[in-house]
Amino acid sequence: MRERQAARERRRAREFEAFVGGAGGRLLRAALLLTGEPADAAEAAERLLTRALARTYAAWDRLGGEDPYDHTRRELAAAFARTARRYRHARGGVLERLTPQERLVLVLRLHEGIAEEQAAACLGLSVERVRVICTRSVAAMRSRRAAS
Amino acid sequence: MSGYKHVVSGYDRKEAEVRRMLDAPRPSVPPELAVRAAERGMRLLRRRRALRRVGWVLLTAAVVAFCVWAAVTEPWAAPPEGTTPPLRHW
Repeated sequence: MRERQAARERRRAREFEAFVGGAGGRLLRAALLLTGEPADAAEAAERLLTRALARTYAAWDRLGGEDPYDHTRRELAAAFARTARRYRHARGGVLERLTPQERLVLVLRLHEGIAEEQAAACLGLSVERVRVICTRSVAAMRSRRAAS
Repeated sequence: MSGYKHVVSGYDRKEAEVRRMLDAPRPSVPPELAVRAAERGMRLLRRRRALRRVGWVLLTAAVVAFCVWAAVTEPWAAPPEGTTPPLRHW
């Protein structure tokens, strides 16, 4: 029994390491866009990602066919939404002019490319609301580009 | 691709423009991040396991206590009569 558990833990650790090696960069990029930090000072983004990855690790044996990437992304979005007030004032990055919620919607929809319905379910908003926020953020980004 | 007419609505074009703005080389992940996340995940798992164990122990203790109490007091037995029957043929 104990031996079987140890074997399972070793396998989980190995699979998890391979997963982070493959998907870590993309997830960290998403976290960086969310926190609005410059790429060379990503403390908050790394903290958020570590928390999301830890929860994925804890759920690893119960994922039951769910993609660990999707799970981590959902945990990342939830962790960011809970602490969004901390990131009101972005210190850099392309999305620094947007509010935390606008950043979250834009990252899920355009960086991660997930469907409106899925993003709405992930954030606990209505589909219309997600569409409105996305349109507004896209307009804000384009006007920022035109201004610079 | 010459001669290929790609039809996109104005909004899709704008979205694609912003998508390009989000594109950037992926940052390198510090190697200790995965290790830290795994350690923290392991701690979370152990805590959940311990909590579940405590829950089961409490539930078992409650069931045993109830059974002992029921066996001792026998709450289903009829209460004894409050009055003695009248004495006759004495």
